[in-house]
Amino acid sequence: MNVNDWVQIGLYFGLLIGLTPLLGGYLARVFQGERTLLSPVLAPVEALVYRLGGTAPDEEMSWQRYFRAVLVFNVLGIVSLMALQMTQGHLPLNPQQFPNVPWVLALNTAVSFITNTNWQAYAGESTMSYFTQMTGLAVHNFLSAASGIGVLLAVTRGLKRAAAKTLGNFWVDITRCTLYVMLPLSVVLALALASQGVVQNFKAYLPAALVEPQTTQVQKMDDKGNPVNGPDGKPVMVDQTVDTQSIPEGPAASQIAIKHLGTNGGGFFGQNSAHPFENPTPLTNFLEMLGMVLIPAGLVYMFGCMVGDKRHAWCLFAVMLVLLLGEFGVAMWAESQPNPVTANVVPQMEGKEQRFGVMNSVLFACATTGTSCGAVNAMHDSFQPLAGLMPLWNLMLGCIVFGGVGAGLYGILMHVLIVVFIAGLMVGRTPEYLGKKIQAWEAAWAVVAILVPNSLILLGSAWACSSTAGLAGLGNAGPHGLSEIFYGYASAANNNGSAFAGLSPNSNFYNLTLGAAMFLGRFGVIFAVLAIAGSMAAKKTVPASAGTFPVNGPTFAVVLLGIIIIVGALTFFPALCLGPIVEHGLMVLGRTF
Amino acid sequence: MKLILQSLRHLVLWTVITGLAYPVVITVISQLAFAKPANGSLVERNGKLVGSALLAQQFQGTNYFWPRPSTATYATVPSGASNLGPTSGAQLTNVVNNLLAFRTGNHLANNAAVPADMVYASGSGLDPDISPAAADLQVARVAAARGLSVDRVRALVAQSTEPPQLGFLGEPRVNVLLLNLALDAAR
Repeated sequence: MNVNDWVQIGLYFGLLIGLTPLLGGYLARVFQGERTLLSPVLAPVEALVYRLGGTAPDEEMSWQRYFRAVLVFNVLGIVSLMALQMTQGHLPLNPQQFPNVPWVLALNTAVSFITNTNWQAYAGESTMSYFTQMTGLAVHNFLSAASGIGVLLAVTRGLKRAAAKTLGNFWVDITRCTLYVMLPLSVVLALALASQGVVQNFKAYLPAALVEPQTTQVQKMDDKGNPVNGPDGKPVMVDQTVDTQSIPEGPAASQIAIKHLGTNGGGFFGQNSAHPFENPTPLTNFLEMLGMVLIPAGLVYMFGCMVGDKRHAWCLFAVMLVLLLGEFGVAMWAESQPNPVTANVVPQMEGKEQRFGVMNSVLFACATTGTSCGAVNAMHDSFQPLAGLMPLWNLMLGCIVFGGVGAGLYGILMHVLIVVFIAGLMVGRTPEYLGKKIQAWEAAWAVVAILVPNSLILLGSAWACSSTAGLAGLGNAGPHGLSEIFYGYASAANNNGSAFAGLSPNSNFYNLTLGAAMFLGRFGVIFAVLAIAGSMAAKKTVPASAGTFPVNGPTFAVVLLGIIIIVGALTFFPALCLGPIVEHGLMVLGRTF
Repeated sequence: MKLILQSLRHLVLWTVITGLAYPVVITVISQLAFAKPANGSLVERNGKLVGSALLAQQFQGTNYFWPRPSTATYATVPSGASNLGPTSGAQLTNVVNNLLAFRTGNHLANNAAVPADMVYASGSGLDPDISPAAADLQVARVAAARGLSVDRVRALVAQSTEPPQLGFLGEPRVNVLLLNLALDAAR
């Protein structure tokens, strides 16, 4: 690494740490209903949304009702988004005349965008009309992010309130989140991206005359479009001249901004943030990397403000930061090693872009999988085995390194409950967390919330490995193939959406099983989290005593880090040995598959 | 039932706000303030559209600089990457072929070091840039094919070379399409 690399790393983490309290403080003011800088403009809009939305902003919801609201809203979102894709051929703003999307792919895509996963079994520039991207996919980039933050707010209120039956109002939470947080930040980021070269228009694709027309040999086709073979059985080849390049267009900048800020990750173009129209310069790359972690990190600080323990929030922040830095360090080291399989040519540029280089590709990969963003600016599938292991490990830990908006923090809080529970057992007292007693109900649901995605990963991968339909999608053979399958289910179950993209996921098997993993991984965890929140809200607050395990010191941070790593390792280490770890050994020996 | 009605109303409302108003506002501002980048950084020659400064085109002639390898042969709809893993036999074949093609094409020694960006395929399949080292190794071939002096070609390469953005962001790079257009315009 050279000096510029260190400067960029320093600036990135410096801005992350510096902006966290600023944004976090703003988030706390927004979600506690206080006035903010934007209130004079947005308060009337907010009131209008409540009126047109049939919402009484002071109506409170029990945890069951809050969950039903999340579920009904999101299931209707899936239905409408499916309908939109399956009728796009008849709808406006479709200059390339893309046909209706087949139902299996439409279902997978709808579930994917509703659950904040944004797994993509299609390439946007050759599948989705501008209308579908704009009024369907982009809208759910906002709403899935808002849903995640809503659930986090419900948990926060559950911890804060005492002897209460309710957790807030889902409609108010998503409204404030979208209006005061997501939209203003998206406007700023979208304009910055467009100024750098991300396209933003409604034009049809433009034909450009190639500077050097190319002639290639292709197999001759007969009148019916069937390939022609000569008498010797060999294909008959004819010259084909390519003299134009189709320049894709579309309203991309507006969608890409929220794709990062909402930790969604679904690209406007198939190659996502590696595509020059989605991420044209090193500056846009830096902004996109920062956009992924900004709100998740701010939410940690907001949580501290709202429960009245900022030191606890900084402990959580520190654990996340240590995990991210550790993974980045390992991945950077692994990606800098020569690979004897590919003639030791370094740096490893397969699947990477020249303008980003290795460091920015590896940092992006760690940030996008630590958050549940899932955008990619380099092909994770082509990373060295141990460098590819780090994004995979991030997914397996549940995308909690700042995490998906809302989802990351409520994910790590489940680990916190386990930590407090174990620590309480060790000293033989009823465990408490932020003044609330942690009992069998909370511990059990916390375990459920951790086990749901983990089971989905292991069972889904096992199924894919043992079925022909699953193996048919592999892009690489050997242990790397196992990594591809693992990565797919880890990404889906934890609502990340990045991929070892050699896997061909647009088959019925993968569209349906990954779709199910995304849905259960999202709403299964949300149910468990809200069940805990409801039970917490109903409890009385007990004052801290000498036997209370303090959650705002280094002891807590170390134990939390240990529990996260041990739970993750116990669950996945055997499987990881068969994938990236054995592949690393074989690579060093020069084995190919 | 009440939840269903509220859900539908919120879906419609947010579709209008975030799905129509927001992208239209961004489009209007972008088209007014930065029309060129927002329309695809289009490049014209003699009034004719010849490409985008951000998208690679295929060049194979000896009189042009060559871009990075593209798995999808520089297709744009859609583009693609190899996604080959680090122990892939196909990857080894690609690397050997790319090494050979670059060395023989540029009259380099059989064991000459070749910059990694010319050996490995890009992530987008449309990477518009190559490294300054990769451009430098092609200068002699292009100069000979065009009957230009090596220094003249080297000066054109220098003009098309971008340092790290703002002095420290990203990597130095040479835009291949713009460089080749500058070559065509040079005499």
